Amino acid sequence: MAFTAMVGARIRRREDPRLITGRATYVDDVKQVGTVYAAFVRSPYGHAKILGVDTAQAKADPRALAVYTGDDLHHAHGVKSSLPVAHKMPDLKTPPHYMLALDEVRFVGEAVAVVVASTPYAARDLAELVTVEYEELPAVVDMEKAIAGPPYVHDALGTNVAYVFPFSAGDPDTAFAEADVTLKQRIVNQRVAPVPIEPRSMVANYDAGMQQLTIYSATQIPHLLRTQLAVVLGLPENRIRAIAPEVGGGFGAKLNVYAEEAVVSWVAMQLERPVKYIETRSECFQAMIHGRDQIDDLEIAAKRDGTITGLRLKITANMGAYHQLLTPVIPTLTVLMAPGCYDIKNIQAECVGVFTNTMSTDAYRGAGRPEATFFIERAIDIVAQKLNLDPADVRRKNFISGTFPHTTATGLTYDSGDYENTMEKALKLADYAGLRKQQEALRKQGRYLGIGLSTYVEVCGMGPSAAMPAAGWDSATIRVEPTGSVTVLTGISPHGQGEETTFAQIVADELGVPIDQVTVVHGDTDKVQYGVGTFGSRGTAVGGAALKLAIETIQAKAIKIAAHQWEANPDDLEYRDGKIGVRGDPSKSMTTAEAGFLAFMGDKLPPGLEPGLDATRRFEPPNFVFPFGTHVCVVEVDAQTGQVKVVKYFAVDDCGRLLNPMIVEGQVHGGIAQGLAQALFEEVVYDENGQLLTGTLMDYAVPHAEQVPHYELDHTVTGTTVNPLGIKGVGEAGTIGSTPAVANAVIDALAPFGVTHIDMPLRPEKLWAAMQPKPNGSVR
Amino acid sequence: MQIDLTVNGKRTSLDVEPRLLLAHALRDYLNLTGTHIGCDTSSCGACTVLLDGVSVKSCTVFAVQASGHEVTTIEGIGNADALHPMQEAFWSAHGLQCGYCTTGMIVSAVDLLRRNADPSDDEIRAGLEGNLCRCTGYENIVKAVRAAGKAMRDGAERRSVRELMPLHPPAEEPPPSGEAIIPPQLQEVEV
Repeated sequence: MAFTAMVGARIRRREDPRLITGRATYVDDVKQVGTVYAAFVRSPYGHAKILGVDTAQAKADPRALAVYTGDDLHHAHGVKSSLPVAHKMPDLKTPPHYMLALDEVRFVGEAVAVVVASTPYAARDLAELVTVEYEELPAVVDMEKAIAGPPYVHDALGTNVAYVFPFSAGDPDTAFAEADVTLKQRIVNQRVAPVPIEPRSMVANYDAGMQQLTIYSATQIPHLLRTQLAVVLGLPENRIRAIAPEVGGGFGAKLNVYAEEAVVSWVAMQLERPVKYIETRSECFQAMIHGRDQIDDLEIAAKRDGTITGLRLKITANMGAYHQLLTPVIPTLTVLMAPGCYDIKNIQAECVGVFTNTMSTDAYRGAGRPEATFFIERAIDIVAQKLNLDPADVRRKNFISGTFPHTTATGLTYDSGDYENTMEKALKLADYAGLRKQQEALRKQGRYLGIGLSTYVEVCGMGPSAAMPAAGWDSATIRVEPTGSVTVLTGISPHGQGEETTFAQIVADELGVPIDQVTVVHGDTDKVQYGVGTFGSRGTAVGGAALKLAIETIQAKAIKIAAHQWEANPDDLEYRDGKIGVRGDPSKSMTTAEAGFLAFMGDKLPPGLEPGLDATRRFEPPNFVFPFGTHVCVVEVDAQTGQVKVVKYFAVDDCGRLLNPMIVEGQVHGGIAQGLAQALFEEVVYDENGQLLTGTLMDYAVPHAEQVPHYELDHTVTGTTVNPLGIKGVGEAGTIGSTPAVANAVIDALAPFGVTHIDMPLRPEKLWAAMQPKPNGSVR
Repeated sequence: MQIDLTVNGKRTSLDVEPRLLLAHALRDYLNLTGTHIGCDTSSCGACTVLLDGVSVKSCTVFAVQASGHEVTTIEGIGNADALHPMQEAFWSAHGLQCGYCTTGMIVSAVDLLRRNADPSDDEIRAGLEGNLCRCTGYENIVKAVRAAGKAMRDGAERRSVRELMPLHPPAEEPPPSGEAIIPPQLQEVEV
């Protein structure tokens, strides 16, 4: 590969000047003349029948521009379609999911009506004037009660079970019959909220003359949003323009098509004015998707030496009240990743998706894989504890070793890996042996140090189209402009991941263009060819791979142009250090810009070669990629208070080649913090009536700077041949690796108290209780 | 109500509803959209501005309360031609990803250094407890504030984006892995 200078360097991000000076344009910063503001009336009940919606008072207010109910939208105006769910599951129950609730509300925060006024404050006032008469219905929040049902979230279904996905490989029955030990553990992976600091934001405008709908939305998937809006609103797709301007964090929660996006678009069409809706944080907690929420019942069969021979698994996964875009698909990824980086051949699994009167779950950073990593990494520690073995030794015993690609019992083909190598590097970095000695010494003083390991592998670079609920490829266009600057149009939609920089680094090296002459454009369906978007750690692994293909096409054409100039055979020419040259003859060279200018002028081209120097390519990944790593967390739990202090944190990750190590590290840092927060702090709580108890940032514990540690990072580099860049995704790795490392550390700290498992979040009150003497004088 | 504010050094008069929040006055009346809003409980700090030089959450201040006072927003902290050392440090240390919390974080950090010119890492973390970031895990934010503190104590000049683009100078401290990742070609081009 021709990478020379930029790739691999810690280049300052090119997107940052606008961000650090407050000159970036997020959705709420988009100002259009005549903008009006929407506010939603939302359900205060987890489950209720709508007896009537009285809009008279709101409509009578002189500030009101419009008020619409579900009835107006779906009956009077005939918008019949349901919001989309992408899946390939034959027996999935897909209850209708209307943009505004019709006869019944099924979770707190479900939108019932929308009001529009000329200022956002007036819109909020008017929403208060809409009176909805409800008849409260019994709600179901607990998944096991929901399975037993009634009550049913959707009466027409006669069940709360959305689907059952069974899986079996090998011979689990024999494995369990012949095991030296079998262990059972229920592991609850609690519901969490993504909390991007920018809430959902959108502004739609309808140009009635051109019959063109334009929506700016804080989305990770502008093209998929356009496609789905076309379906939901019944518009030709080429009359919709979706723009994701600056987007303030997504974490999977903006990989969706929300009712509000469709409603605001529809309202803009009715009013023929720009309609803006910026949700409040409270609304965001209620109506932006949540993550996780699984009960994982685990049975493990093992030999006395720690070899795990079989796994039985029942995943009970909370869907929420409705399917959002990928809701049912997420837990199936948990099944696929159940064996982790271990060679477990006998697996029996069943995944049950359950409707409850809560907000939908969907993709949240890691999306299905953190749950798998969490239970398998906990399982390893539980086995180690039971057999009195070192958790590192149990991992060594079970690692997939030998040659890659490796096909797992669950049917995935891991592209490459060297799990022992990263673990040994991490153990050395952390001085694992020294930590164990320190732990022993401190225990004698009544201080409880805990050391937790997590050796994860994850599936990302989503993904081969055949294995995706919708398309898995992505696209890139490169245009060499007449004056030599290079424009990249990428189909992915970065919102913090820094591809304006990394992609420019690749182009600068490969096409020999100064990096400040490269502009990377994304997030506008009228500018950029169709692309799938940024999620599933795919941006660079798939979108960057498409870019590499486009570079190759540009280079091939530029070589033909140069060959014609030099009256040479194109086969004798090559790209060398970003310039076209003759093999073995350093005297001649042509820059890409020069070739681009000739291509623009058009009069000196070889016969049959079209003018212009641009290319659009799409990359269809032949497989997923499987980054991996080892995280080591050291905590001290205060025996008096149960307070956890994270003393040290080490992470050795392997995501293939590092295009910009600074950006990779940033992704890992943020991922660790989010995963650590799930282990220690965060939990979305509904009461038994479906009332959301953690509805603001006062009740939901997003960590502050003081609550997270300094992270020490290192990496190993094991390549991949899945894409031409040799890279794996890194967006979710930190989140996937960290949660079990932290939980294992805390539970390890409490081992002297006989603790083998405590469910997350590992808050002081739970830990303190577990450390108290039992009534008979012994510890629990 | 009529209010008089001095925003980023410029005097301005506005006619506002009494309930209008300062954050909305800045964003919607003065088009200073660098001040972001991320919550409704004064928890996230994205809306932080300086009021008479002291950091406040502008979503918790009525515009009328700011009448007669001086407000400094991120736009007044520095711009592309003359970055505040804190802005430069956030950029150089990769102290931001999506950028949404960044403007409030930078304003808070500027105020933190006003109160404590040479804070320890723990003091930086404690000093920024009013600002949430969901992207960075705070690691590089702490690093940025430390670097800005040093630059300011050393009396660093303001530099422009143009001076600093496109290449990253050698890091003041080696990357955490201890591995030299910056290729020699780049190290020579220090700006």
